[in-house]
Amino acid sequence: MNKNLPLYEIFIRSKNGLHHKHVGSLHASDAQNAIMNARDVYTRRQEGISIWVIESKDITASNPEDSDAFYAPAEDKVYRHPTFYDLPDEVKHM
Amino acid sequence: MELSLEQKFQDKIDRDERIEPRDWMPDSYRKTLVRQISQHAHSELVGMLPEGNWISRAPSLRRKLGLMAKVQDEAGHGLYLYSAAETLGVERDTMFDQLHTGKAKYSSIFNYPTLTWADIGAIGWLVDGAAIMNQVPLCRCSYGPYARAMVRVCKEESFHQRQGFEIMLTLCNGTPEQKAMAQDALNRWWWPSLMMFGPNDAESPNTKQSMAWNIKRFTNDELRQRFVDMSVPQAALLGINIPDADLKLDEETGKYSFGEINWDEFWQVVKGHGPCNKDRLAARVKAHEDGAWVREAAMAYAEKQEQKKLNTIAVKTA
Ligand SMILES: [Fe+2]
Ligand SMILES: [Fe+2]
Repeated sequence: MNKNLPLYEIFIRSKNGLHHKHVGSLHASDAQNAIMNARDVYTRRQEGISIWVIESKDITASNPEDSDAFYAPAEDKVYRHPTFYDLPDEVKHM
Repeated sequence: MELSLEQKFQDKIDRDERIEPRDWMPDSYRKTLVRQISQHAHSELVGMLPEGNWISRAPSLRRKLGLMAKVQDEAGHGLYLYSAAETLGVERDTMFDQLHTGKAKYSSIFNYPTLTWADIGAIGWLVDGAAIMNQVPLCRCSYGPYARAMVRVCKEESFHQRQGFEIMLTLCNGTPEQKAMAQDALNRWWWPSLMMFGPNDAESPNTKQSMAWNIKRFTNDELRQRFVDMSVPQAALLGINIPDADLKLDEETGKYSFGEINWDEFWQVVKGHGPCNKDRLAARVKAHEDGAWVREAAMAYAEKQEQKKLNTIAVKTA
């Protein structure tokens, strides 16, 4: 048997209105236990009001080696940004 | 011309970009980080022991609450750091094994005993103070998970140092006996605190590479100097004396020159011959072994719950 308890990634919502944000990871026997541990490890100073946990092995990540091919197509699409469009200074509130 | 992976990596570092777990990195960079981060994590864990010694004997409830919170924080720091090291591919249990078998090092400062309550004040003030001096630049370390762990750690450390200084201040404003206790603690903790920054630059062959990789931002001697310059006025405020006859302000630079560190003592403690090395390791191993049944029980419970779930599904779909 693996001596390590499973690894969980921890996400915390610091207050309503904000996204859950990745804060780190910890080991726990199951998801409920991971939430309890996350409470002790990551919210000792009221850093959160909601916790998500997911087992690390269940995360699928993009490959950094593919970054160029993956994200480069967005680079030359400047027309997706407001500054691409020329308007005279007199136009207000736009 | 096609740049080599090493060159691309170094260019990224030179642009002060961060390296993330799945990015390509040289083996030596990974190894250096695993060693440094796991040693750092071990130090946080072992660091709980000298102070834990005083929780049940804290002189008031206020002091006891503060000390318990601080020691609990150190456990948290260890956990943030272990998980940062794990992103580099090393398993938690491997790191524990290295610590428990004496293969891995931790900060030598924790091999000194805490003889009186004033030691808790001196540790918070000096040891956490030196740790902060080391850790603040690490918030900009090139390895993302380490840097982010350090940001959390640094946020929590300042309370540690303040609670220590407050203990010292209370003792120094107390009876002559209490003040003498504070002085005695400073006498014993001053030099080991200076040793926390590691060997002199000339004796620290890895510093150059660590700086080229933006793991380290300042040399050992630079950080030690800052620590001395910061601590001298604080000791003056307490009204106790730093135990160094050679300590002198250089009017021109505004920096203090100070006496020679006893490096023989430093290496003795690093090599395992400090006053408490054996006790610390034994306490650490005992804590880990005593906790084994909790981990096993939790795992057994989780497996049982999982099995129950599977059974219900099987019944429903039958
Ligand atoms: Fe710490
Ligand atoms: Fe601390």
